[in-house]
Amino acid sequence: MLVSMNWVQDFVDLSGLDIESLIKRFTLSTAEVEDIIYKGRDVSGVVVGKILSVENHPDSKKLHLLKVDAGGKIFDCVCGAPNVREGMKTAFATVGGMVGGMKIAARPVAGAMSQGMCCSEQELGISANNSGIMDITDDIEIGTDIKEAYGVEDIIFEVDNKSLTNRPDLWGHYGIAREFSALTGRPLRELEVYDTKQYSGLPKVDIDIKDKDIAYRYSGLKIQNVTRKTSPVDMRIRLYYCGMRAINFIADLTNYIMLELSQPMHAFDMRKVSSIEVKRADGEYDFDTLDGVSRKIDENTLMIYSAGEPVAVAGVMGGLASEIEDDTTSLLLESANFDCVSVRKTSTRLGLRTDASMRYEKSLDPELTVPAIKRYLKLMKDSDSGCEVISSLTDVYVKRFESEPIVFDKRYVDRYTGIDISEEQILKTLRSLGFGVELKDGVFTVTVPSWRATKDVSIKADIIEEVTRIYGYDNFKITTTVSPLYPVRLPQSKISEKSVKDILVREFGLHEVHSYIWCDAKKLKEIGLGVNGSVRIVNAMTPDNEVLRDAIVPTLLTVTASNHAFSDAFGIFEIGKTVEGLGSDGLCIERKKLGIVLYSTVKSERELYFMMRDITAFLCRDVKGMTASFTPSDDVREWQHPKNTANVICGEKGIGCISLLHPSVADKIGKKAVIATAEIYMDDFGDIEPAVTEYKEVSKFPGIDIDLTFVVNPAVSFEKMSSAWKGTENLIGVSLIDTYEGEEKSITLRYSFSSLDKTLTKAEVQQSVDEVVEKLKGMDVNMKM
Amino acid sequence: MQQKIDELVSRFKQDIEKAADSQAVENIRIAYLGKKGFVTEILQGMKALSHEERKEVGRSVNVLKADIEKQIAQRAEKIKEEQLLKRINESERFDVTLPTDFTQGSYHPITIIQREVEEIFLSMGFTIEDYDEIVDDYHCFESLNIPKHHPARDMQDTYYIENGQLLKTHTSAAQNYIMRKYGAPLRAIFPGRCFRNESTDASHENTFFQMEGIMIDKDISISNLIYFMKTMLTEVFKREVNVRLRPGFFPFVEPGFELDINCLICGGEGCPSCKNSGWLELCPCGMIHPKVLEYGGIDSEEYTGFAFGLGLTRLAMMKYGVGDIRDFNSGNLKALSQFTNI
Repeated sequence: MLVSMNWVQDFVDLSGLDIESLIKRFTLSTAEVEDIIYKGRDVSGVVVGKILSVENHPDSKKLHLLKVDAGGKIFDCVCGAPNVREGMKTAFATVGGMVGGMKIAARPVAGAMSQGMCCSEQELGISANNSGIMDITDDIEIGTDIKEAYGVEDIIFEVDNKSLTNRPDLWGHYGIAREFSALTGRPLRELEVYDTKQYSGLPKVDIDIKDKDIAYRYSGLKIQNVTRKTSPVDMRIRLYYCGMRAINFIADLTNYIMLELSQPMHAFDMRKVSSIEVKRADGEYDFDTLDGVSRKIDENTLMIYSAGEPVAVAGVMGGLASEIEDDTTSLLLESANFDCVSVRKTSTRLGLRTDASMRYEKSLDPELTVPAIKRYLKLMKDSDSGCEVISSLTDVYVKRFESEPIVFDKRYVDRYTGIDISEEQILKTLRSLGFGVELKDGVFTVTVPSWRATKDVSIKADIIEEVTRIYGYDNFKITTTVSPLYPVRLPQSKISEKSVKDILVREFGLHEVHSYIWCDAKKLKEIGLGVNGSVRIVNAMTPDNEVLRDAIVPTLLTVTASNHAFSDAFGIFEIGKTVEGLGSDGLCIERKKLGIVLYSTVKSERELYFMMRDITAFLCRDVKGMTASFTPSDDVREWQHPKNTANVICGEKGIGCISLLHPSVADKIGKKAVIATAEIYMDDFGDIEPAVTEYKEVSKFPGIDIDLTFVVNPAVSFEKMSSAWKGTENLIGVSLIDTYEGEEKSITLRYSFSSLDKTLTKAEVQQSVDEVVEKLKGMDVNMKM
Repeated sequence: MQQKIDELVSRFKQDIEKAADSQAVENIRIAYLGKKGFVTEILQGMKALSHEERKEVGRSVNVLKADIEKQIAQRAEKIKEEQLLKRINESERFDVTLPTDFTQGSYHPITIIQREVEEIFLSMGFTIEDYDEIVDDYHCFESLNIPKHHPARDMQDTYYIENGQLLKTHTSAAQNYIMRKYGAPLRAIFPGRCFRNESTDASHENTFFQMEGIMIDKDISISNLIYFMKTMLTEVFKREVNVRLRPGFFPFVEPGFELDINCLICGGEGCPSCKNSGWLELCPCGMIHPKVLEYGGIDSEEYTGFAFGLGLTRLAMMKYGVGDIRDFNSGNLKALSQFTNI
């Protein structure tokens, strides 16, 4: 919102104060100021001049030769404006002056000397009107500096609208002036209004509020014989400086009151609208708003009707059919209050956010409607004394905001602020902001003014904000807390997550990536996969992103595909959330998972699969002190290799699976691509209590190693083979020495024997070895000959 | 006899000079000093001599023996040195500047920032909490005093799920859960991923990271809040930070603030990054709204507290000078693999 300091100073005397530092304080105490704009500083030496004579330029059809009286001195001036006429008063820039930052010099124009320039309002920067030179009709002495005549010079500041969300009272200059009054300690002037009591005997305006749940108050007044068409210059300048366009006197004045009091108003042409009915639309229809756009109205829209016809979208915009026209002289003035939610929803639905709807959205003070009408009348009478009120000020007040007094003591303020703000200062601050305050026996009883009671201030803590923001946070003495000491323990899951990332990055050189919680259907399709998941977002921007992923690997595969040019071999991982459907309670089953993808164009499937197996085994060993085991799984998903997918078991607990990529998906990512994946449940893994190392005493006697080579039987896994030597006496370890991948696959294992009590003899060991070999033979695993 | 000894000495001199490697030296040692060596032979020949002569010759042979041993040792040492020198001379000087295919892993920049900030809070006695990404209306809004029709609940801001749950729009959604879990007093931070249903561009992402913190105890004051924020941010930025509080409206705090820090680029002088104001809007904070404490089961008459939110994604952008927020979730390894060190 744009705020004019001239306007503010109508209500609070800030003379002798540095305006710029005041605006800075406003940022720190009230709302964020985004910009300060200095108006009129680029205009000087411009006076009210009178055009004494107008002659045609001999060489130009457009130009005229003028004699201009600039107050005691007469100048020749060449002017191209179409609206010049003898006797007209205008803004005359004298030689040596400045307009729009441009120096005015005497210079020949089309052969004739021009000693100055007649200016348009746009050239002066006070309106958008450039159709001709300024036409001054006010009774102002010739030669008066234009800046003395009108409020050309002003300081405008822009407040961030977002920071006014909770302050409906600050959407008008009077409310802003109240803040400056509190900040400076200067009194706030009372608003000058027109006394409407004298009209109480006149007929009422026919106002009927049908939908009382969303229309809180409607006040109206009928006025006729309005003859003024153009608004006073100062009013137009203020409207323009505050970002509005001047239209005509009747309409401008409604906007002016809105900018002054934050109360939106609407003027209906009384020829079209003479009674008011406020209700939701009685069906779906098209309605032309003031801006000339046809809007789709539905049954949820609160409308203003007159004689059965819709005439305005309540709180948003009036109708085109009943707008104030050039020949309008009589009006029905609306000053109303509507439900903030209803207005916001209507405005969103119509895609039409207006100055009025923005204000209503903030929960305006319903007490404002009547003063707004009285103020409107006052300003109208000031500029058009002949206007005539022909109704009583009619007011239908449906819903009042009730507010309870707030009670607290100084101790509460001290505790909440941590500093000592005196009782006098609390009293003074609250009173300057319009709060009613009583202090009795150390207890404050505060009544909230209506303009702060609609939603902003209702509890003690709200009062703290009022007191402290005016006190100034920069003035706070700051101190540390005094809190008891207690130890902080990181949860096991947090520690696990940190270790896992460290291992994957530092030990295995993988890259951590982040992605999205939803599937990207388009990217998945590119690698031949459908979406993986069942739970949907109802309002996703695109249907491609509406399914929440139930696995993390597919996402990582799309990331892998997009990085195929990065390197011949790389690995990525992500710890992220997935949603595995809905539980029996109807809530999403949210699981945190670790996904790993290894990509290579140089390694074999076997190498990569085993590398992935070793990575997960490393995690189990390093993070949890546990041995990982792997069991082949036939329960595979779309992207997993039907044969090479295995469950990962950490200790006793299944924590996820590893797999090679299904060849059809791998082909899509790259013809030579070999890809292994892992998906680990981080919650399950994280919760595992790490094992403490079980120390085994080391033998002091030399042991015996026996190497045996077996022909591999594809039907017998190593794990099954190992059952043959499980429990063998004095066998302390079996390690892999060699594998041979020739015509006949073979494996060489080293059996290490050792005793804690004695040096073993070859004969003692041989018996155990023979038993192992015999058992393996029973499994159809034979020694290599 | 003496003549024999002299002959032996001159023969040894020739032999030892000819010895070219350690094996040859060893052979000479055996030939002269071995059990059947020349020196032993002379000693055996002494049996025929008189006692007097034996005494004299014995002395000479001992001198001879010691001399031979010494020379052999010297020769062996010299050969060893020569061989070492030869190996060094023949060895290749490797080009240490050659590139290799060794790859270093990388952390996501958010992980790095998050760890940094977590360390700071751990050192100040804060617990670190994890919370769901999918939450309900109550936790995301209701319990935070965000009324039913607040614009923040509008469809355009929040991702709603078909079962009525939603993707959390802010880390504040965990406040209620954590208050209920621990009660007061309480010091906790809760980093997390948040979601906003909006179009993305260089400075907007629909998926981003925040970190929220709360501290609740008896008599926690605004004065404490300012002190804490200044201390904490000085740690985060590793330099003295000035803070400035402005009123800011958030339904779950009262009073609520926008906290500015002095611009890190110009130090407060005013520059294009801070729009010449000298200040940078950094994080919202405030005193926890009494209603929010009550929703969390904490007596708001007995306890007060403050809350603050830090944009981890924003901090990462500031720290590393990342210009496009979308890089974080791009999965582009050319961008992400740069973050190798914690």
